[in-house]
Amino acid sequence: MKNKFIVLIIFSACIILLSFANNASDHSISKKDIELKIPKGFPKPIYDFKNNKISPEGFILGRKLFYDPILSKDSSTSCQSCHQRVAAFAHIDHTLSHGIDGKIGTRNVPAIQNMIWKDTYMADGGVNNMEVQPINPLTNPIEMNESLAHIIFKLKQKKEYVALFKKAYKDTIINSERLLKSLAQFTGLMISANSRYDKYLSGKDTFSIQEKSGLQLFRAKCSGCHKEPLFTDNSYRNNGLMADSSLNDIGRGRITKIEGDNFKFKVPSLRNIEMTFPYMHDGRYRKLKDVLNHYSSTISHNKTTDEDVTKIGSLSDKERKDIIAFLLTLTDKEFLNDKRFVDPNRK
Amino acid sequence: MLSITFYHYVDSLVLNLDSTTYKNSFGQAYTVSNFKYYISNIHLKQADGTEYISHDYFLINEEEEKSKKIVLTHIPKGNYTSISYMIGVDSLHNCSGAQSGALDETNGMFWAWNTGYIFLKLEGKSSFSKSPGNIFEYHIGGYKSPANSIRTVLLKLEQPLLIENTKTEAMKIKVNVAEILKTPTNIDFTKMSSVTDTRNASIIADNYKDMFIIEK
Repeated sequence: MKNKFIVLIIFSACIILLSFANNASDHSISKKDIELKIPKGFPKPIYDFKNNKISPEGFILGRKLFYDPILSKDSSTSCQSCHQRVAAFAHIDHTLSHGIDGKIGTRNVPAIQNMIWKDTYMADGGVNNMEVQPINPLTNPIEMNESLAHIIFKLKQKKEYVALFKKAYKDTIINSERLLKSLAQFTGLMISANSRYDKYLSGKDTFSIQEKSGLQLFRAKCSGCHKEPLFTDNSYRNNGLMADSSLNDIGRGRITKIEGDNFKFKVPSLRNIEMTFPYMHDGRYRKLKDVLNHYSSTISHNKTTDEDVTKIGSLSDKERKDIIAFLLTLTDKEFLNDKRFVDPNRK
Repeated sequence: MLSITFYHYVDSLVLNLDSTTYKNSFGQAYTVSNFKYYISNIHLKQADGTEYISHDYFLINEEEEKSKKIVLTHIPKGNYTSISYMIGVDSLHNCSGAQSGALDETNGMFWAWNTGYIFLKLEGKSSFSKSPGNIFEYHIGGYKSPANSIRTVLLKLEQPLLIENTKTEAMKIKVNVAEILKTPTNIDFTKMSSVTDTRNASIIADNYKDMFIIEK
């Protein structure tokens, strides 16, 4: 009887310990988790965290905010509503972004990855610093439709946030600077550099004949804009899409007011492209084969169509398939499954 | 120490929000509902060229009495003969990400979609405006050429300003809001009732750069 009792106690203790261990391993963030590691071959980041020192507590606050619909006017929409982790933080299978009240935006949701290497943000490059980018979706009437001041007001009423801000900043001030900097700590660490392509380059993986041929073709035809290792040169280009008259989106021209910039959009990275469908700034293509078909045969030649695009020329069936096979090697499973970025509300 | 107080006028009349009616150069009547602007990069210069520079940002808001008096501290002793300052936010601070205090993005002086601070806001009503509700709104900003609306004001001090350690000197600056709408470009409410991005902003900035006068 006594023995049975002891076994029972030990058994219950184990269960309790296990559940603690599970919780801890699920969402805990250590000092090591927030170390900024620049992947081999990547350039120096543009956003350097110099005025926003990353801490586990700041990252945890940023993550909590990213997944919290409290940031939207009617508490319906969080950042992750449109930026889903499994899609490299793009919006799976949505052509144009959705917002509150079922409203539809004018552009396709971009992935959030390797943000600290971008010189500007948004498809038109209108935002000049990573920290102030979220103000756009937060305040846009067809996205989250909330004011920064009211978000701060709401956060101050929540005991949980009062505690999280205090942990992160060591005092009781809750303001928009801290809100935005915490979000930047979370999104800035979303770095994708462990795809099969990266492993192939460092000799840790092999490519099939088709993938090798695809890489060669890619370097000959596509790398003028999609420059390795980030797969973008951060420039604005008109890639020859016929403008959608219902959207009338002139892209970069709206920002610079220069006619020669009309219909140019920021070259997106191709990392994790398998997961970020649909494609193009307005999400008009659902499949990679549609994209390849566009560059091969449906380019619309107008005043600002890019030379690097017009010179691609016709691609054979085999060439298209090879390029797609290569593009699929850019999927980074480690990034997509990185436990640091998982919704902290998930049990 | 030096305190600088800004007094807002429309030509010879005191600025009163939403009440007093003023007239622009075309004789079009209007009222003002909102008037705010940034003052930054204040330099005080002595005759020998030595300078005191303040790196603080001040948001002057007609609606908030307290905001109209700013205080500069740690000014070295000396005899200062001129003051200059920027109307707006310098290019570095337009690119510095999230900020607090006067530059907190919640102050409503920030463009999110085309990053940059609004340097000056003047809003009001005129029956001549064709905008909805007969409003007019001038939100002036833009820190990059060719749409750079940063303007610097230089005011010579006829009576040199003697700064000593012991007491606080007071300077009064008169701000003529009417200047926003005239010289060199007279603003006609029927034609230009809304400037809310960098387009046309520099026209208004050129107008208001001479709206400050030291009051003796």
